[in-house]
Amino acid sequence: MAKVLMKGNEAVAEAAIRSGCRHYFGYPITPQTEIAEYMAKRMPKVGGLCLQAESEISAINMVMGAASAGVRAMTSSSSPGISLKCEGISYIAGCDLPCLILNVQRGGPGLGGIQPAQSDYWQATKAMGHGDLHLIVLAPSSVQEMASLANKAFDLADKYRMPAMLLADGALGQMMEPVDLDGIKAPEAVCKPWATCGHDGKRKKNITNSLYINPDDLEKTVIERFARYETVKANEIMYEEYLTEDADIVVVAYGITARICRSAVAMARAQGVKVGLFRPITLWPYPYEALGRLADTASRFIVSELNMGQMIDDVKIAINCRRPVDFCGRTGGVLLTPEEILNAILGGKK
Amino acid sequence: MGMIRTFNLKESGLRRLIAVTGHFGSGKTNVAVNLALRLREETGKPVTLIDLDIVNPYFRAADSTAELESAGVKCILPEFANTNVDIPSLPPEIRSVFDGSAADSYAVFDVGGDDTGAAALGGYRHMFARGGYDMLFVCSMFRPLTPTAAETFEYMREIEQRSGMKCTALVNNSSIGISTERSTLASTDGYIGELSKLSGLPVLFASSMLRDIDPPAHPVFFMDNITKNIYGG
Repeated sequence: MAKVLMKGNEAVAEAAIRSGCRHYFGYPITPQTEIAEYMAKRMPKVGGLCLQAESEISAINMVMGAASAGVRAMTSSSSPGISLKCEGISYIAGCDLPCLILNVQRGGPGLGGIQPAQSDYWQATKAMGHGDLHLIVLAPSSVQEMASLANKAFDLADKYRMPAMLLADGALGQMMEPVDLDGIKAPEAVCKPWATCGHDGKRKKNITNSLYINPDDLEKTVIERFARYETVKANEIMYEEYLTEDADIVVVAYGITARICRSAVAMARAQGVKVGLFRPITLWPYPYEALGRLADTASRFIVSELNMGQMIDDVKIAINCRRPVDFCGRTGGVLLTPEEILNAILGGKK
Repeated sequence: MGMIRTFNLKESGLRRLIAVTGHFGSGKTNVAVNLALRLREETGKPVTLIDLDIVNPYFRAADSTAELESAGVKCILPEFANTNVDIPSLPPEIRSVFDGSAADSYAVFDVGGDDTGAAALGGYRHMFARGGYDMLFVCSMFRPLTPTAAETFEYMREIEQRSGMKCTALVNNSSIGISTERSTLASTDGYIGELSKLSGLPVLFASSMLRDIDPPAHPVFFMDNITKNIYGG
């Protein structure tokens, strides 16, 4: 199939279907409602289910039920709606269930606004629900990646039996770009011997559960889960570098902001400034080591985000505080311009 | 290979009330804004662009207000367009373009996508019917849910049903964004031809943002890209 022109929201939805997802549970909220609309049109044609739940909380618990039965399931929302899903996500993590959760971020806190933001970074990477848990968090920066990383997220979720989140934003959700969906495919049958899909009296019953009466049992499951997290960290870190090899200044940005920073880096390079861009694609696990290596040669780092600087601490950890870390960001639904980032690159400390 | 025929606006017979409809993401806003600018430039008559889009929260005609107004095109925008309000409300000023006193002027309506967006148009259908109108159906073969003429035709029928109005002409706006090549538009001749047959409607023009293209079957309306580029480069 040739390229088609898609919104980011549509690309995620189509990629999910092509990845074998036949169960979508959602509740409308701007700027991600196109996903539900697309699913409502497409799912019946592929024998799938698109269900508008009565609330975000219901939707995530429906995902838990579907994932328990071993099928690929997803939900999507935008920032305030994701907050509502946190409890269910914690239960899903506690049950060791794979699923895809998409956050098309908008400005916050509170009801905030409908314009693009990245202010749920802390929530996604550090505090998505109660308890000792992690999600795999992927940050696409183009409509093509909205599709390819949705596919990747399903694979990783199944592989490690844990929820995966696609952390996008309103701009990526709404903008239109050419997309090639040819490579987006469902895997051959995924073996899920733990699934609660009926045993016909032929095996012991499966139970998906996050409640443990005995504290020692609970501790054991958490420790086992954290051993699995270490495997994820060892195998699944993704990032992209642009002109970092000889860079004296390194801009660190993810998602839509990385696109804007790339333009700014090119502008600065045209003026002879040795600057590069480091783009984490997995926000959890975070590419600490790869970024840390850049501090051997670079003298200054600039974090750029659509929030008040939520990634700064991760960059400081990555480079072990060896270099100064500046910040260039906007928040509340205001987009950065390439010129603002260029000024931060040229201007030294703000 | 033939020559490119360019769209002749003055001889197109377009009526003064022009509703630009289409399926979601077909490029209606780009067509509407370019058409309003061209009407103003070529006829010298007063032109008003009315943003009736209640569907799309971002990328909308309001982004082009400065350019439109400096070219002498009046803009009527929903209150709260491009703010944090999910559902823009349509201002009463819209009714002024249907006045008899506006007879020697053009009004271009940028309607929201699909039948959902056409619902807003339906609120004015009696006023359109009184004044006589053209309703353009903008379509693109490269959008995921409208790859065939038959599927696109379904969207057209839904828009007509919801608005209570009839489309009068087709606009072939088939493009693949930055991946559009010189042969792209002409490669959709079969698609738009079949849609024209299915609907019984003429093709008003094929629109292109590229200048250097293979000649398509229909007259070409060359447009500028008015969509804001959010990441530079």
